[in-house]
Amino acid sequence: MAAFENANLNSGQKVAVKYFCAAIVLFLAQMLSGLLAGLQYIYPEFLFNVLDFNVNRMVHINAMVVWMLYGFIGSVYWLIEDESGTELVGVKLANLGFYVLTLAVTIVVLVYLFVQTGPGNKETLWLINEGREYIEAPRWADIGIVVVMLMFFYTVAATFMKGRWSGISGVLVLDLIALAGMYLAGMFYVTNISMDQFWWWWVIHLWVEATWEVLVGCIMAWGLMKTINARRRIVTTWLYIEVALMFGSGILGLGHHYFWIGTPEYWLSIGGFFSALEPIPLVAMVVHAVYDAGSHNFKSNNHPALAWLIAHAFGNFLGAGVWGFFQTLPQINLYTHGTQWSASHGHLAFFGAYVTINIAMFYIAVQHWRGNAYMSGGLPDNGWKWKWSLALLNVGMMGMTMAMLIAGYEQAFVERALEGSTWYGYFAAQQKPWFVQSMIWREVFGVLMTVGVLLLIWDLLTIGRAETRLAEVFAEPAPA
Amino acid sequence: MNSEPWWSSEDFWRKCAAIVTGGMFVVLIFLTFHTVSVITAGTERVPGYSVINQRIYYKFNDDRNMLEPRIGDDAPLFGEKLSEEDAQALVDLGKLTVQAKNCINCHTILGNGAYYAPDLTKAWLDPAWGAESVREPLMLNFLLDPETNARGFGTNRKMPNLELSEQEAKGVIAFLKWTSAIDTNGFPANFTPIRQKGD
Repeated sequence: MAAFENANLNSGQKVAVKYFCAAIVLFLAQMLSGLLAGLQYIYPEFLFNVLDFNVNRMVHINAMVVWMLYGFIGSVYWLIEDESGTELVGVKLANLGFYVLTLAVTIVVLVYLFVQTGPGNKETLWLINEGREYIEAPRWADIGIVVVMLMFFYTVAATFMKGRWSGISGVLVLDLIALAGMYLAGMFYVTNISMDQFWWWWVIHLWVEATWEVLVGCIMAWGLMKTINARRRIVTTWLYIEVALMFGSGILGLGHHYFWIGTPEYWLSIGGFFSALEPIPLVAMVVHAVYDAGSHNFKSNNHPALAWLIAHAFGNFLGAGVWGFFQTLPQINLYTHGTQWSASHGHLAFFGAYVTINIAMFYIAVQHWRGNAYMSGGLPDNGWKWKWSLALLNVGMMGMTMAMLIAGYEQAFVERALEGSTWYGYFAAQQKPWFVQSMIWREVFGVLMTVGVLLLIWDLLTIGRAETRLAEVFAEPAPA
Repeated sequence: MNSEPWWSSEDFWRKCAAIVTGGMFVVLIFLTFHTVSVITAGTERVPGYSVINQRIYYKFNDDRNMLEPRIGDDAPLFGEKLSEEDAQALVDLGKLTVQAKNCINCHTILGNGAYYAPDLTKAWLDPAWGAESVREPLMLNFLLDPETNARGFGTNRKMPNLELSEQEAKGVIAFLKWTSAIDTNGFPANFTPIRQKGD
């Protein structure tokens, strides 16, 4: 793997680059399977009995979850030596973890594509497909993932223990324990669908609306120090505020998934109230990021990374916060849950909260890979590639989100309110022009976004290569 | 920096973060114990599996201001009355099949899943099956050969043949019948069930 050897990188960063490269491959797989599934809404016969919608959709959401995790793990390995002040402990273990995980992911995806489903028994759940949304990976892979996560956790915790701790690393390590622990809640089979969904949400919600948010909060804090020279004391204090607000609202916000799955009525009040507070930390994050960037006159050593960090702050607030708030109260959720409205929120939230910050980290990484190349204003080609990919990705995602929101509104009216949520009502809603045209627009904007991803990859491969100027390095003042 | 107010200090917020996180988690654990106890199969909200031996209605409760399931008289699935253990085994086969065939990446159940095909929560009670007397054979034939028996309601969307055995298909129907008896706090909204004997 000589391609990953680069004298500009430390040991942790060399591992990180591997994770980032695999993440981008999975990002492409996510886009491709999404385009196929989107096309099947318009032409249901397309690939029927070859790659059915359920297969494409499974690959689409699984590639997404896994590339987010690759991005996060890569980001942690990227910042670990800088943050701990010592060399990564267990470099071999970290590399082994990467190869084991990647091999497992490859096998899982091949089985998804070529075996697809199995008979209704436990062996299918162990070997082919668990059949539970987002955590479809068969049980053998679940166990593999846990083992790799333990290896990852060991290298991270041991490195900080050998080096120095900080507010960021303390929050990060505790958050990783919670994140790994939650996964266990999704690793058993039960007959009772209410019980199944109850624990399933522990994984899904407590990941994406709690522990993942705090994890990207840590990455954001570190990223702001590196790109705009934000002061450590300020970002650390903000991180603690974010943890308090995020866990304060998000842990019991879990209740907004317990409205309709058989769970008791008190969740309508608890879930509605606490989940309605979930946007607050996201607003705080926007204020923090923009204020900090503004107080440094938006002067950064890495324009594309800063642009994506700001996109993260806004996207997280808009996608997770505003789009989530739309339908978080049970009175509204009763009509919108399980329609394209949910898909609209899901798309914008995952993109705004997680895709953006991973891309920011890719740009931070590529700058160092190219020997700390200058990446601020006045690039030779005016930086058109990163600017256009930023625009295409964001416009593409907003277009898809709006299309699905319109379709969701139409479903809430026709399927739920008028037709009484019957199957006839479902299909009636699927045929109205508002829905049909929305699905076409979703596909068009999906293509636009895919062009953005290709441009992003081209930019990552080329930016700073011919650059002779060096970027400014922000060193922290020694602690007083 | 002695002038820094207490409310903006790092130390204050670190303690806040720890206390709030710990406190909320403890509350969640307490609620989890209670919720798990009332969603265990065989309780009021989530009936036992032998409910597949009985007719399931969906009635409006004025006090709760929502529709709720009611358990009626005997109406054994496929005319065969099952013991609690046998009923559980059949529902279990259905649940395993629903997972093994990756149903939720087209359908939703309890509102969760994908949005390419209709919600399965009240599939057993859906008026699409026409009449109570033909519901069971229609469902069985559909699951065994969904392409020939496609019901796209005017769309050309159809379900692929997932090669279910007859026993698996019966299991899926048992699972859906049992699921339709779960009290979902009125979800999905305004549901209009199939007409059944005794309505």
